[in-house]
Amino acid sequence: MQRRADWLTHAILLIGVFVFAFPIYMTLVASTQDASTIGTGNLSLLPGSHMIENYRAAWLSGGGQSSPGVVRTMMLNSLVMALVIAIGKIAISILSAYAVVFFSFPLRMTFFWMIFVTLMLPVEVRIIPTYEVVSNLGLINTYAGLTIPLIASATATLLFRQFFLTIPDELVEAAKIDGAGPLRFFWDTVLPLSRTNLAALFVILFIYGWNQYLWPLLVTTSRDYETMVVGVSKMIGVGDAQNEWNTIMATAVLTMLPPVAIVVLMQRWFVKGLVESEK
Amino acid sequence: MHRRVIFRGKLLPYLLLLPQLIVTTVFFFWPAGQAIYQSTLLQDPFGLNSRFVWLENFTAVFENPLYLNAVANTVVFSLSVTIMSMTAALGLAVLADRPIRFALAYKTLLIWPYAVAPAVAALLWLFVFHPSVGIIGQALRHAGVAWDYKLNGGQAMGLIIFAAAWKQVSYNFLFFLAGLQAIPKSVIEAASIDGAGAARRFWTIVFPLLSPTTFFLLVVNIVYAFFDTFGIIHALTAGGPGKSTETLIYKVYVDGVVNLDLGGSAAESVILMIVVIGLTAIQFRYVERRVQY
Repeated sequence: MQRRADWLTHAILLIGVFVFAFPIYMTLVASTQDASTIGTGNLSLLPGSHMIENYRAAWLSGGGQSSPGVVRTMMLNSLVMALVIAIGKIAISILSAYAVVFFSFPLRMTFFWMIFVTLMLPVEVRIIPTYEVVSNLGLINTYAGLTIPLIASATATLLFRQFFLTIPDELVEAAKIDGAGPLRFFWDTVLPLSRTNLAALFVILFIYGWNQYLWPLLVTTSRDYETMVVGVSKMIGVGDAQNEWNTIMATAVLTMLPPVAIVVLMQRWFVKGLVESEK
Repeated sequence: MHRRVIFRGKLLPYLLLLPQLIVTTVFFFWPAGQAIYQSTLLQDPFGLNSRFVWLENFTAVFENPLYLNAVANTVVFSLSVTIMSMTAALGLAVLADRPIRFALAYKTLLIWPYAVAPAVAALLWLFVFHPSVGIIGQALRHAGVAWDYKLNGGQAMGLIIFAAAWKQVSYNFLFFLAGLQAIPKSVIEAASIDGAGAARRFWTIVFPLLSPTTFFLLVVNIVYAFFDTFGIIHALTAGGPGKSTETLIYKVYVDGVVNLDLGGSAAESVILMIVVIGLTAIQFRYVERRVQY
């Protein structure tokens, strides 16, 4: 009885794993075949022999007939975007959380609530007016326009605040007796203690930044600032059979690679970051 | 929330808060205010003239059959995505929580789709279900099904629901698994000794104890289906064929960016804001109540 139940458990979990992996497998396979084989509907279930040339084409000249985006440029843009968003959010949040928790000053709660309410409105909801603001500031087609509006968020501030509240008073007292000021205490004690939180948040925010779609679609019109996710989606256009599917699929693989690698390699931080930042 | 021991400083705390306050004011409060202001204006597409029209944009929005169509699409889409992805995730989490071999490997293999961007998830499934090059699309046509999501609205809706649910399962899976692992094993063992079978144990003990997680995920999934799926719809169907996969957020984009109806688009944004604030408020009330016991 127990045996049979175990067997069934494995079978169902394997079906789940298969459904998750299947489209990725098809993408990988397609990225190793030549365009005409796929275009005529003769896609093989086994890898082909055109892997190197497809990836080289994607990296150097881009794929897709209408608008060749070059992976080289897009990869750099995505990397800049993900890193600036992750590091920027962490930096401004840890500072403001430190101010709110470790200081007492007029309007403290007002400021805290100002930050807190941003939790309620995802950027998509106020996308057009935000676009206008960025456009008025002359930030269209800049890295600043691409990243800074997405840095305004309360999740990281709340997470740091919660963590700071658990730092024992004795540590603060000891630091004060030693004559350390607030900045010294932040640098020598608070920052090292926050290491795991920093790592966990970084993983989540990097993926968040890398996977942005609507915002970069609006705010960049120049190819020079196109990101991987937007670029690869533009390549398919209307989904014609005549597309250069092999190069597009190679680009898709390269688009997924960084975030998926981070989730798999930093799984522990990822799970911690996800579960805690959403609480 | 106040600490007993605090630092003194007159200017420093304000300086520390300044970066976040600037970013929040410029890119959050200003646009949100702008949206509310614009939603009361009627503007020509070139932005040359605008006049104050009270709530006319809102009544126009609600009288627009295309908007009502988007509301209906959003309801169908969100409910289907939420139910599908949560059911699948709960099932997988319950199984992965059992003491079996390779549990860790299964976990890794089930969480990575979280890292795939919605627009890329759409691309993956587009390639599989493409009527002439896709492996399943071709198989369906060989089997005599008139499969073409670019022509058939129902099929298009089915496909975006599937892609959106596929991407969200791993997120739900992680939270359900964490929820399951927090349930004390002794409670379940006690029920076992009392002779309760696996199904009975699940429905009378595990499922009720999971309800905070389930409720939290319900709200998160609805918000996900409302907003984060823009990339899936844009990359896969672009709201078509016809308007059969146009959801509320997609319509905000189309009206604002393509049709340049800024007042209407702003009114739609304000309506969405109210919906999200409502959802978040419900969530916080519930979470707060949970904290009290």
